[in-house]
Amino acid sequence: MRNHTFFVMQKVIIIEDLTKRFEDITAIDHLTLEVPKGELFGLLGPNGAGKTTTINVLCGILAPTSGKVMVGGYNVFTEPRKVKSLIGVCPQDTAVYDYLTGRENIEFFGHLYNLPQETLARNSADLLQKMELTDHQNRRVSKYSGGMRRRINLAMALVHSPEIAFLDEPTVAMDPQSRHAVWDFIREQKSQGKTIILTTHYMEEAEELCDRVGIIDYGRLIAFGSPAELRQKYNAENLEDVFIQLTGRRIREAV
Amino acid sequence: MNSERMLAFTRKNLKQIVREPASLFLVILFPVVLTLVFGISFGGIGGEQSAVYDIGVVTLDAGTYPVWALTFVDALDSTEILIIRRYETLEAAQNDLIQGSVKAVLVIPERFGESCTSFVQAPENPALWVESTVDLFLDSGSMFATQAIPPIIQQVLTTLIAGEQPTVQLPVHLGIPSLVEAESLTVFDYFTPGIFAFAVIFLTMIVAQTFTVDREKGLLRRINTTPASPFEVILGYTISNMGLAVIQVAVVFAMAFLVGYSTPAGLPGLFFAFVIVMVFALCSVGFGLITASIAKTPGAATGISFVFIVPQMFLGTFVSVGLSSVAQTAGKFVPSYYVTDALTSLLLRGAPVTSQTVVLDFVVVTAVSIGVLMVGALAFRRYGNT
Ligand SMILES: Nc1ncnc2c1ncn2[C@@H]1O[C@H](COP(=O)(O)OP(=O)(O)O)[C@@H](O)[C@H]1O
Ligand SMILES: [Mg+2]
Repeated sequence: MRNHTFFVMQKVIIIEDLTKRFEDITAIDHLTLEVPKGELFGLLGPNGAGKTTTINVLCGILAPTSGKVMVGGYNVFTEPRKVKSLIGVCPQDTAVYDYLTGRENIEFFGHLYNLPQETLARNSADLLQKMELTDHQNRRVSKYSGGMRRRINLAMALVHSPEIAFLDEPTVAMDPQSRHAVWDFIREQKSQGKTIILTTHYMEEAEELCDRVGIIDYGRLIAFGSPAELRQKYNAENLEDVFIQLTGRRIREAV
Repeated sequence: MNSERMLAFTRKNLKQIVREPASLFLVILFPVVLTLVFGISFGGIGGEQSAVYDIGVVTLDAGTYPVWALTFVDALDSTEILIIRRYETLEAAQNDLIQGSVKAVLVIPERFGESCTSFVQAPENPALWVESTVDLFLDSGSMFATQAIPPIIQQVLTTLIAGEQPTVQLPVHLGIPSLVEAESLTVFDYFTPGIFAFAVIFLTMIVAQTFTVDREKGLLRRINTTPASPFEVILGYTISNMGLAVIQVAVVFAMAFLVGYSTPAGLPGLFFAFVIVMVFALCSVGFGLITASIAKTPGAATGISFVFIVPQMFLGTFVSVGLSSVAQTAGKFVPSYYVTDALTSLLLRGAPVTSQTVVLDFVVVTAVSIGVLMVGALAFRRYGNT
């Protein structure tokens, strides 16, 4: 059952006191967060901060050590199937079938969501066009360049127009031009009313796109608010400065 | 279970099989080449170790001199090469022959006693002899039986009637009605039942490879974020690999016929042989899933898959050609043994689909395959999925 906070408060993501330990490493350390419907939320932090782990817990492929996670009004661990039909996940490491064409990759994932043929054809064509891959749609992904692979990786996550999208570093290792195209695309997704969780270690990306951000370091939430609020609060030029003030380190050092 | 999702998995995997010829190459060319190598190295040897043959005897002689038939059977029994089993009817004996539990059936004719007596009374005068024929039905599925048994019986018969004196002629003849067929058999006829099982055994490696590669690329994890259930994934992969098994068996079949394979089996026999191999393919998929659950990387998967492949290959596929008795006993513990056993009965001996051996083998293969597939699916879901 979708819970009442979802309907009344429109909280699409609720993370309550979430902890995830791997043997000796605490990847997420008592994290509490809420994301309202339609927000583009940025999870910001250096490499190894726990962003991917958080996404994996949210999409139900990793069990938390403790704490509670609600997505789209469902408890991720008691009703994972309900959650999985609401979400679209773009993994940080490109996961595509090399022997399928770009279009086939998108359509294969569309079939997993039981999209009607018409919707599938329309959505695929639309995504291919926005990712500037229409000309390459019938080529095998094994022949794609790195940037093209990352773009098809993103398109595959959104073929079913999910209510909620988890985008794990969608622009990492992209050239500036591709990155701006992806930014435009993400803004458009938001304008369609989707709730988007974006992780990134590019401060300018978070600043550019996100309604609000949560900065995490060593699995702990160390700052939370809109980019403007954070700049003001820490009297900083940008989010990079905010991070330096909080940790004494530059965010990219960990890269 | 959702049919659209499973269909999507199946289509995708079939595309992979067609577009990545490496797997097609491995699965089809490898068994074919190995088969030829085996065929050449074992050709003409036969290799059967067993020096004792069970033969069935049916006595139709109820005439005036029944003692001849009794003495003949005793003499056969005392050769220590032949173990005699007595049957009331020819039908019962032939049934056991088809099942492979006796290597030959000997039919002592009605006038056997008269025939022998007539020789003793007038050894020099063939005109007074009463002629008769002892029929010998041989298991064409045993290369050695067809070669070794007739001379032994001929010798016992001659000694019985003529004693130690050399004779060229006797009133009792040894007729071999089924040797006509046996004579036309080539080494491939003996190998082919094993080859069919052999080809499918390699599916284990392909399945383990596919799953570990997809896991390494993060694709299984990615699929886990969609509503597709692990069992849909596994079933989708199973179906497409069954498709591969169909191609394999068809190719090996075609190759076998090309090099002169012949079988007394009719269409039902051939069809059932195919069904058994397909059921066995499920077992190979199951072993592939178990391998993928244990192996951390595609490389390790290849190595581990050989743990399942090698014993099945050596202990279970060339049964009719013969192995040491230790290997034969060990063979009873590998599923492929039962496939080859059933196929040998069906394709080499021309046993009917309903014969006891075939039905029993089929039951074993089916039960083991379903068991292995289920263990594989559960192990994979628990340990192999991410
Ligand atoms: N499966 C795992 N086993 C052990 N440690 C892990 C595992 N996954 C992630 N970690 C560790 O958890 C921490 C957080 O990793 P991750 O969530 O990938 O960070 P980010 O995505 O922010 O770069 C890191 O120290 C990483 O080494
Ligand atoms: Mg990450």
